Amino acid sequence: MKICFFHLMPYRFLPDDFETRYRSVWVDVPHSLYDAEKTHGLYNEFLDELEFAEQVGFDGLCVNEHHNNAYGLMPSPNLMAATLTRRTSKAAIVVLGNSLAAYNPPLRVAEEFAMLDVISGGRLVAGFPVGTSMDMNFAYGINPATLRERYFEAHDLVMQAWTRPEVFAFNGKYTQVRYVNIWPQPLQKPHPPVWVPGGGSLETWEWTARLDYVYCYLSYFGYKRGKATMDGFWNAIEKLGADDNPYRAGFLQLVCVSETDEQAERDYSAHVHYFYQKCLNVWEGFAEAPGYRTLKTLQAGVQAQIGAQARKIRQSLDWQKYLEQGYVIAGGPETVREQLLHCIKTLRVGHLMVLLQIGSMPKELTLKNTELFATKVMPHVRDVWPGYTDRWWPARARGGNGA
Amino acid sequence: MTPAQRTVELRGGALRIRVLTAGGGRPLVYFHSFHDRGGWPALLDRLAERYTVYAPLHPGVAGSEGVETLDDVLDLTLAYDELLTALGLAQPHLCGHFFGGMVAAELAAVLPGRVGRLALIAPLGLWLDAVPTGDVIILPREELRAALWKDPESEAARRWATLPESEEENVAAQIESIQRLSAMARFVWPIPDKGIKKRLHRISAPTMLLWGDADRVNPIVYGEEWQRRIKGAEVRLLDGGHMVLHESPAAVADTIARFLG
Repeated sequence: MKICFFHLMPYRFLPDDFETRYRSVWVDVPHSLYDAEKTHGLYNEFLDELEFAEQVGFDGLCVNEHHNNAYGLMPSPNLMAATLTRRTSKAAIVVLGNSLAAYNPPLRVAEEFAMLDVISGGRLVAGFPVGTSMDMNFAYGINPATLRERYFEAHDLVMQAWTRPEVFAFNGKYTQVRYVNIWPQPLQKPHPPVWVPGGGSLETWEWTARLDYVYCYLSYFGYKRGKATMDGFWNAIEKLGADDNPYRAGFLQLVCVSETDEQAERDYSAHVHYFYQKCLNVWEGFAEAPGYRTLKTLQAGVQAQIGAQARKIRQSLDWQKYLEQGYVIAGGPETVREQLLHCIKTLRVGHLMVLLQIGSMPKELTLKNTELFATKVMPHVRDVWPGYTDRWWPARARGGNGA
Repeated sequence: MTPAQRTVELRGGALRIRVLTAGGGRPLVYFHSFHDRGGWPALLDRLAERYTVYAPLHPGVAGSEGVETLDDVLDLTLAYDELLTALGLAQPHLCGHFFGGMVAAELAAVLPGRVGRLALIAPLGLWLDAVPTGDVIILPREELRAALWKDPESEAARRWATLPESEEENVAAQIESIQRLSAMARFVWPIPDKGIKKRLHRISAPTMLLWGDADRVNPIVYGEEWQRRIKGAEVRLLDGGHMVLHESPAAVADTIARFLG
């Protein structure tokens, strides 16, 4: 079992009435709400928290990419990853990831990931998300109708740039390069492990399964609702005739550990509420540009995590409901252990990512959550999948077969 | 009136365009926009009394297929040139609303000899930083209704906004709507300024620009901009919002007919 510490880097200082006064935390959230001085402190706290996670034993540190938003202050996860390569020495650096379609040429991703892999001594996990509609279609203006085609082509270019021994020409529809020849090349061979974060699109399940990558579901609806998505992925794997190695899957879960169940509510309730009511407050019009999801996925009725429907569900939530419905696994160590084991086994997940800094949670509390998780929970969920080999983990990172 | 329908195959079947047809007289081709459902607005019943009206559904919309083979506005324009040829139309009049107005104008600009007269209803395709066209591709239902109609409480607006009763039909309608918007958004995302401003001077067909006097989506200042760029173009203002063809179908039909002759 691999356990990673995931950070979204949310802006913690949105006004109390944010979700009633402003229509969206993403795309057109006004920067009159943003304070650069405070954000200077935030970035450094967030990086401290990630570095602390390595010290207390997490296997990997996860960062990701978002734009135009107060939900996560990481337009460039590679910058965060770069600082981590220098301040850590054991944990895998899991960049989840670079939204391939947004880079022109996408070779930039091949280059930067290669740099991170080399600087970190081969500890990089390369994440390739399609990207949310808010990020890709609205913040970056990419056409929803061709986003996926652009993504697939960019992926092909990056993989070829990493693996083909010769200088070659790439004649794509979206990118034409006469001389592909990136320096440096990644340290891991044939290339860093590839993880694909998805939101439940059918094509992504099939494609990820076919290419033998890790599929990651980054769920805010928790493991109970996440099960339908993970089942979809495991069905795709079965159809393909591939083995059911749990390390093919990754899953993000929000977790709050305290001394007791009651103390967990006192410690974390307000911060969890901040996350669900403010950080996920996306205006319906920005939730999904027409064409972002394919016809096949629409017809399959996969529900989105944001937008009007999701908003209605979110607004009805309180601490008890977050817990009952599995959005958050919270409580004393015993409660958390038990539910987390259930989550891991139900979803068949070999790469667990936990979100321990949630919403407005300040640094001291995040460190408390992280330390309690590392000492009281992690040791009990480590050995869930004996007998399976993790082929999707950097060999030289903690827990890797060359570490 | 129930128009006849046929599917025209182009490019060895890579494109299959559904075309609705009714009426008699000189051919008139009508290109629809984002929020025309079904492809045959009441306006066309009236026009069909004087013209043979052809109303193609854009590729990707309501049974027309092959939009994924088209990359940009020029691709779409050439595909429609091929459609006109396949329909045996040498020099039809063209009419279109918003997105469809852009398509009609592109045909007239790229292939000036192809078009008889050109009647554009609040065409899309120019961009003024100070007055951005409404982002109607993404507006949620209620906000959309308020943006599209001069009187959002009018019967036409209410009828247009009514959802099907059954859950099943509702889901199907939503999927149809997403597909329809997506098929056209493909050509104009994220800003509809795709180069027509460099081509409008080529238009030689007599051109009328017809605008709803309360168009909040594509304000009349755009009409003035189009008029400035197309030699001899005249502007007609009618009572209505962005959906003027649904709000005042009789007046729109009369104005178009008087112009086309």
